[in-house]
Amino acid sequence: MDYTLLEKFNKDNIIVEKIDNLVNWARAGSQWYFQFGLACCAIEMMAAAAPRHDLERFGAMPRATPRQADVMIVAGTVSIKMAERVKRLYEQMAEPRYVISMGSCANSGGPYWQYGYHVLKGVDLIIPVDIYIPGCPPRPEALIEGLLALQQKIREETPFRKKD
Amino acid sequence: MVELFEVRCPGCVTVTEDGNAFNVQAEKWLEVAKILREDPDLTFDSLMCLTGYDKGTDDVLGVAYNFHSMSKLHKLEIRIEVSRDSAEIPSIANIWRAADWHEREVYDLFGITFSGHPDLKRILLPDDWEGYPLRKDYETQDYYHDMPIPKDKTDWE
Repeated sequence: MDYTLLEKFNKDNIIVEKIDNLVNWARAGSQWYFQFGLACCAIEMMAAAAPRHDLERFGAMPRATPRQADVMIVAGTVSIKMAERVKRLYEQMAEPRYVISMGSCANSGGPYWQYGYHVLKGVDLIIPVDIYIPGCPPRPEALIEGLLALQQKIREETPFRKKD
Repeated sequence: MVELFEVRCPGCVTVTEDGNAFNVQAEKWLEVAKILREDPDLTFDSLMCLTGYDKGTDDVLGVAYNFHSMSKLHKLEIRIEVSRDSAEIPSIANIWRAADWHEREVYDLFGITFSGHPDLKRILLPDDWEGYPLRKDYETQDYYHDMPIPKDKTDWE
């Protein structure tokens, strides 16, 4: 029998794809997040993980340890005492690692922007942030939007291509 | 209650201007506290709250204690005021255990030393923090462990 190459692949259940896309598909589809609930944003993060909004349908499930997490969701006010712990836990995460800064406090200090002597004015002062989610606190839909934006960002990466 | 104190400890307490609380001298405080706890007519067995305050005028720092008696069902507020330079008050953590962490918090944020406290160290802020933030004359530091705490934010916006 004379198969074309494509027919042979279909018959044997073989898929041809670029390795970059394959890895990105896997990474984007299972964003286990390190739950860093520090304030009221944590309540919204819990609501997003709960059945009504169900983050797990996007492959995102909460992890309580940095070793198993892919993305850190900094949800809440980062006090200066906590900032050192945030940084240390970020450094303990395995690469590739991503950070979502959730809410005004983690973005820029929020309501403590002017007079808070003890609040870090934005978590991006100590760790690199991929996605900023505005809101005080952001609704679960906003967190899902942020997570999807992060997925889009991951899909555009080229982890196996040579760096120039 | 004022008459009771005139008998047990003359000159220890004075009623405040608003008439809601007693003022006590810091050096008389332990004596008064023991009476509050043990006198059968008072029996203040519960320290509800302990608050530090900074009046801002005349360099006065103070601590307000709110007591409640579970058996007699009455309440009392005691205020102790000290000067900013020698802010020291005897600790009552050995009489009411609730005072332990409350006194540490007041020490942390106002810098009032509680003499005789079993473990007087900062409770909320990092151990190497400089200054006492809730004092009126507190100056925010510029950096803490290389993390900036900007006061002038015009460049940031």
